[in-house]
Amino acid sequence: MTIIANEHGLPGHLVDFVAALRTHGVSVGPGETVDAAEVLGALDLLRREELREGLAAALLRRSGQREVFDSLFELYWPPALGAGSTEVHVPRVEREGADGEDAPPGPVDVDALREILAELLKNGDNEALRTLARAVVDALGQAGASGTGIRGSSAQPSWSAYQALRVISPETLLASIMDGLRQPDDSDFTDEMRRREIRDRIAQFRKMVTDEVRRRTAEQRGRDQVAKTAVPKQAEQVEFLSAYAEQLALLRRTVHPLARRLAARLAVRRKHAKRGTLDMRRTLRRSMSTGGVPMKPAYKTRRPGRPELVILCDVSGSVAGFSHFTLLLVQALREQFSKVRVFAFVEKTDEVTHLFDPGAELSGVMQRVLREADLTAFDGHSDYGNAFGSFAESWGEVITSKSSVLILGDGRTNYRDPNLAVLRRIIGVARHAHWLNPEPRRQWGSGDSAALRYADVIPMHECRTAGQLTDVVEALLPV
Amino acid sequence: MNAIQTPLFGSVDEVVERLAAVGYLANTAVATTVYLADRLGKPLLVEGPAGVGKTELAKAVAEATNAGLVRLQCYEGIDEARALYEWNHAKQLLRITAGQGNESWDATRDDVFSEEFLLPRPLLTAIRRDEPTVLLIDEMDKADVEVEGLLLEVLSDYQVSIPEMGTVTATRKPFALLTSNSTRELSEALKRRCLFLHLDFPDADLERRIVLSRVPELTEKLTDALVRTVRVLRAMELRKAPSVAETIDWGRTLLALGMDTLDDDAVRTTLGVVLKHQSDQVKATAELHLN
Repeated sequence: MTIIANEHGLPGHLVDFVAALRTHGVSVGPGETVDAAEVLGALDLLRREELREGLAAALLRRSGQREVFDSLFELYWPPALGAGSTEVHVPRVEREGADGEDAPPGPVDVDALREILAELLKNGDNEALRTLARAVVDALGQAGASGTGIRGSSAQPSWSAYQALRVISPETLLASIMDGLRQPDDSDFTDEMRRREIRDRIAQFRKMVTDEVRRRTAEQRGRDQVAKTAVPKQAEQVEFLSAYAEQLALLRRTVHPLARRLAARLAVRRKHAKRGTLDMRRTLRRSMSTGGVPMKPAYKTRRPGRPELVILCDVSGSVAGFSHFTLLLVQALREQFSKVRVFAFVEKTDEVTHLFDPGAELSGVMQRVLREADLTAFDGHSDYGNAFGSFAESWGEVITSKSSVLILGDGRTNYRDPNLAVLRRIIGVARHAHWLNPEPRRQWGSGDSAALRYADVIPMHECRTAGQLTDVVEALLPV
Repeated sequence: MNAIQTPLFGSVDEVVERLAAVGYLANTAVATTVYLADRLGKPLLVEGPAGVGKTELAKAVAEATNAGLVRLQCYEGIDEARALYEWNHAKQLLRITAGQGNESWDATRDDVFSEEFLLPRPLLTAIRRDEPTVLLIDEMDKADVEVEGLLLEVLSDYQVSIPEMGTVTATRKPFALLTSNSTRELSEALKRRCLFLHLDFPDADLERRIVLSRVPELTEKLTDALVRTVRVLRAMELRKAPSVAETIDWGRTLLALGMDTLDDDAVRTTLGVVLKHQSDQVKATAELHLN
C-alpha cells in the first residue's frame, strides 16, 4: 500500500489535489487554492461531507466539473483506508479442509450474495448498499467467488469493477425484484414507475462498486496512477467516437444549455457589430447640404443574415453518436437559421427533415432515421461518393447561393470513389461549405479515410468533443 | 473595514437549524457554503435550474439572521445608475438656483456633490447600512457583461468609489448572494471572487420534507408517491425537468381536487401541472404507459 501522507502536510496535500484537478481540465488558480486552504481552516475536517462541499465551493466554477471533482475527492480524501470497518457479512462458501479460527474465509457465495443485494435494492437503502459494495469488492478481491473462476488472493488482492459486476450482474436481478413486488391490481403505470426506480438503484450500485474499486486500486498502485486513467471526463471533453451510451445520454442533456449559451453569445456579438461600416455614398450625399463638408457620417445598416442550412450527415454506425449530437445542436439553434434541411446518408442519401420538426420528440430520432429513410443499396457500409452523387441528382436544386452546407462524417469511404467532382460542384453553388470530422486530425487520410482529399476541396474542422463542436459552430454562425 | 465583525453563524449545524426554523430545509452543500460565505466574508454565487430555491435561500438567510434584505434584480440593459448610485440632478439645480448671489461658486460646487444629493441604488444601499444586511443580486446572467465590472469592486472590497465624493467603504460587510440560471457564462473575474454553489434538485428524503412543510395537509403516502413520480420524470430526457416548486404545486393540485392516491388517472389528468411542454407530456405519457 502506498503511503498517502505528503511531506508538506495538509497544505501540500491540498496542492496535490488541485494539481490533479488541473490535469483533468478544471482550471483552478492560485487564488482559489488559497480560498480552499481557508476553507480547510474554517471547517471541521472530521466531517467529510462538509469538507467535500466546502472545497467544491472554493475550487469549482461550473456545474459540469462536479463529477471530476467528486471522483478525485474520493481518491485524495478517502473515507477509510483498506477494507474499512464494515458490519456487513458477505456470504462465503466453506473451504474444504479448512477449519479453526485462523483459516482465511472461503470464496464468496454468489447466489446468496445476490439474494442479499436484491433485498437491499427492493428497499432502496442507499447507505446499506454502499456498505455492501465496499464489503463485496473487498471479499471478491481477497477470496474470489465460488464457481466463477475468479480467484482472489489475500497476499496480492486485485480489484476489478468489471469482474465484480460481472459476477454479481445486478441487472439480471431486475425481473425477480419486480416479480416480488408486483401486486395483482397494479396498473402498467405503477409497474413502469417501479421498474425505473429499481433500474436507477442498480445503476447507483454499479457506480458505488466502481468508486470503491477505484479507491482500493489507488491505495495499492498509487493515487496519481489512478487519477490519471480512471477519472471520468467532463461531458464537454468526452470524445464522440469513444463515448459509451451513458456519456452520450449525458451529452444530449447538455445540448439545450449549450445552444442557449451559444445563442446568448451570438446576441452579444450582434450587439457589438451593430455599428456598421461607413457608407461612403450616403455620407457624400449628405455632405451636399453642408457645402461638401461631411458633418454627419452615414453608416451602413447591417442586416443579420439568416442562412439556409443544408446538412448532409453520415449516419453509419461508426459516427452515429457524433451526427446525432450535432443534429440536436442544430435543431436547438433553429431560430438562428431561416431554413434547415437535413439529409442522411450511408450508401445513398435521403431527406429526413420531417423528423426534425420543431417540437418533435428527438430522443429516438436516430433510430427513426435508420428505419424510415432509404439509405442502403448493397452492403450498408458508407459510400461517400455515391451518397454525394445521389444527393446531387435528386436534391441538387436545394442548394442555392443563399445556403450554407454542413457535412458531418469521418470521410471513411471503404476504399470507394470519393467522387470529388460532385462535391466540388455542390459547394461551388453554396455560399459557405464546411465539413465537421469527429476523428482526430492525425488520423485523417489513414486507411480508407479520404478526409485529406476532401479537405483539399472543402474546409474541414476537427470536432472530437462537444467543446470543439461549440467553438466551430459559433465561428460558422452568422453575426 | 471592520475586521472583527462577528459571524452570523457559529457552525454548519447552526445554519441548518436556523434556516429550518424559518422554513428553509437546507442540505449539507447549502449549509456548508452559507457557513463558509459568512465565515470567509466572500460572496456566494448560486447557480442551478429554475425553481430549486435560489432566491428563497437569500430570503431565508435574511430572515434567519434578522438582517435586512437588499435586492438588485438584474435585467438586460441594467446600468450603473440603476445598480450603484445616481446624482439627483433636479435637486442639485434647485440648490444652485437657491444659492445664487448669496455664496461663492466654490462653496456651491462642493455642496451639490454631497450626501444629500446622492440617490443610493441597491448596491450602495447595502454597503452603507449599519445593520446586518443580506445583499441579493438576482439573475446575474440576465445583466450585460459590463455590469459585472461594476460589481467587482463591490464584491471584493465591499466599497464603492464615487469620483466626486470619494470612496464609500462598508462599515459592516453585507452577506452577498448572487443567483444565476447560467444562460450565459459569467466572467472568470467575477466567479473568482465568489464561492460557488450548484443548487440541484434535492434528494428524495429532503424533497419529501420540503413538500410536507409547504403543504402540511398532504398525507405521507401521497407525498411519497408524488416525490417518487417526480424523480422518475426528472430521470427522463425532458426539455424542462420538473422543479421543486412544481412538485409543491402538484401536491396542492391533488389536494384541491380531493385526490388521495396518485394512480394512473390522477397522473394523466394533472400531468400538465408538472410538465409545461407539450412534447414532454407526450413523451412521459408514452414512456410511463399512461395511455
